[in-house]
Amino acid sequence: MKVSVRFSFGLAVLLTLAVLALSAPWVAPHDPLEQDLLNTFQPPAWFETGSRAFALGTDSLGRDILSRLIYGARAAITVAAVAAVLAALLGSILGLLSGYLGGVVDAIISRLVEIWMAFPPVLLSIVLAAVLGAGLHTVVIAIVVIDWTRFCRVVRAEVMVQRSRDYVASAVTIGLPPMRILASEIVPNVVPLFVTLLSLEMGIAIVVEAILSFAGLSVANDTATWGSMIQEGRQYVRQAWWLMALPMGCIIVSVLAMNALGDGLRELVDPLSRSARR
Amino acid sequence: MNPLLSIRDLALRIGGQPILRGVHLDVHAGQVAGLVGESGAGKSMVGRVVLRLQPEDAHVDRGEVAFDGRDLLWMSEREHATFLGRDIALIPQNPMTALNPVARIAPQMTDVLRMHMGMDRDDALARALESLHDVQIRDPERVLRQFPHELSGGMRQRVLIAIAFACRPKLIIADEPTTALDVTVQKQVLRLLKRLQRAYGTAILFITHDLGVVAKLCDTMSVIHAGRIVEAGPVAQVFLAPAHAYTRALLAATPRYDRPGEALQPIPAALTEQLWNEARTLDTGAA
Ligand SMILES: Nc1ncnc2c1ncn2[C@@H]1O[C@H](COP(=O)(O)OP(=O)(O)OP(=O)(O)O)[C@@H](O)[C@H]1O
Ligand SMILES: [Mg+2]
Repeated sequence: MKVSVRFSFGLAVLLTLAVLALSAPWVAPHDPLEQDLLNTFQPPAWFETGSRAFALGTDSLGRDILSRLIYGARAAITVAAVAAVLAALLGSILGLLSGYLGGVVDAIISRLVEIWMAFPPVLLSIVLAAVLGAGLHTVVIAIVVIDWTRFCRVVRAEVMVQRSRDYVASAVTIGLPPMRILASEIVPNVVPLFVTLLSLEMGIAIVVEAILSFAGLSVANDTATWGSMIQEGRQYVRQAWWLMALPMGCIIVSVLAMNALGDGLRELVDPLSRSARR
Repeated sequence: MNPLLSIRDLALRIGGQPILRGVHLDVHAGQVAGLVGESGAGKSMVGRVVLRLQPEDAHVDRGEVAFDGRDLLWMSEREHATFLGRDIALIPQNPMTALNPVARIAPQMTDVLRMHMGMDRDDALARALESLHDVQIRDPERVLRQFPHELSGGMRQRVLIAIAFACRPKLIIADEPTTALDVTVQKQVLRLLKRLQRAYGTAILFITHDLGVVAKLCDTMSVIHAGRIVEAGPVAQVFLAPAHAYTRALLAATPRYDRPGEALQPIPAALTEQLWNEARTLDTGAA
């Protein structure tokens, strides 16, 4: 089957991130926390004053940027995968019930979503961080707690559209029981949308993790994350712009990749768009 | 003999607006009963009530829908569902949207067999293959592996007809089964429908606005206007000696092969006005 360039790009980036995350202790050239105060603010190796020992340079404490980026990928991908999947499952199950059962169930869930969305998300995460303490688990919980509504609303709407489709009526007229109809007619038709949302959410989770790190709400200072690197690099942006630019680049590429992956996956799981590309 | 499906005085409203105003209709076992009328007359709604597919906000005021001596209208949802697919099946109007786009043809055909005939996967597949032969689909093995969008409209309608006949139901409701198809395909599909109907002795409630099709396909017919049956009887009788002015007007508005040159008459406005007045009188009388 022909696979689009964007999909390949997305998949390549995701796999690279996953491999780096898993093998960080072996592939990182240095300990990400090891300080080398004789070699602070080293530029990347391709600069004239750069050094081979630090391929992407060092920060204000002489820590190796490349190693920190690799360990940062670990945090990013963990948060992206765990938080996005949990938010997606929670939101989609509620959305499915809400859209399919309608009536009281729908009314309760929909009101809950509305109330939930009225809370400013940043405030909600700050409160959570205060209660749970800083750490990756806080970031994950914050994302799930805030973003399940995104899935709930979209999945609910899609289920309601599906429910009025002719083929669902046809399934009713051959006497299939409601749960079978949900499983074989409705869920498979919501999957393409779900996959797209999930990969978009992974991108969003990476950004949120960075924002919370930047705000100092994510992880303790002794763990390298892209967000905390941007936060530290910000102070030296005039002397050493790459301190900020490199982690930002990582975030941008990752988010782009997740979006591309989403589009590509949707095409793969949806027979209609599959044939449209032929 | 008692009719297989007997609808008595069925009245239904949606949001206070009367849609059906006391429909009487019989379908006898092994016969094709036509239900004709202009757009919006309530033809589809009659079929939907039998299948319990009426809109959620529809309210049945009164009436009786007896199938094989059982009242479909007031039995529990669960009990009603046991009739669907097995005893009563539907051939939908639009074959382009009636199949699940993300599932292959095979499971969509075997579902109903496994569900009602207790067949296992292989038996059901063999039976599905056979019924695809029955509806004259070439290369049925291939079709079973395909997705709906890979089939033409005519092929999809044949698949849907095969699904409807799969459990050899006693009654099939066909709601304008060919309007979405082009004319040559329409004829083939209608001929096929008639052949299967004869072969299996199935009764069909055939909903259409095409009197030409009724003449060719049906044994009896009912004419519906504004949710009321204005005339019913054997097809030959209604065509040769229409009793109601509206039926005469409908016939005069239909092109006929035997009188090609004859000018078509639009339905007189005064007649429709009078019928609507009668309908409204009924509404106030009932309220
Ligand atoms: N979901 C609905 N909500 C409100 N009114 C409806 C709904 N569905 C149908 N109606 C009304 O019920 C009446 C009968 O509709 P129905 O679909 O039975 O017409 P029909 O005779 O099948 O027409 P056609 O030949 O166009 O299919 C129409 O006046 C229509 O406006
Ligand atoms: Mg209709």
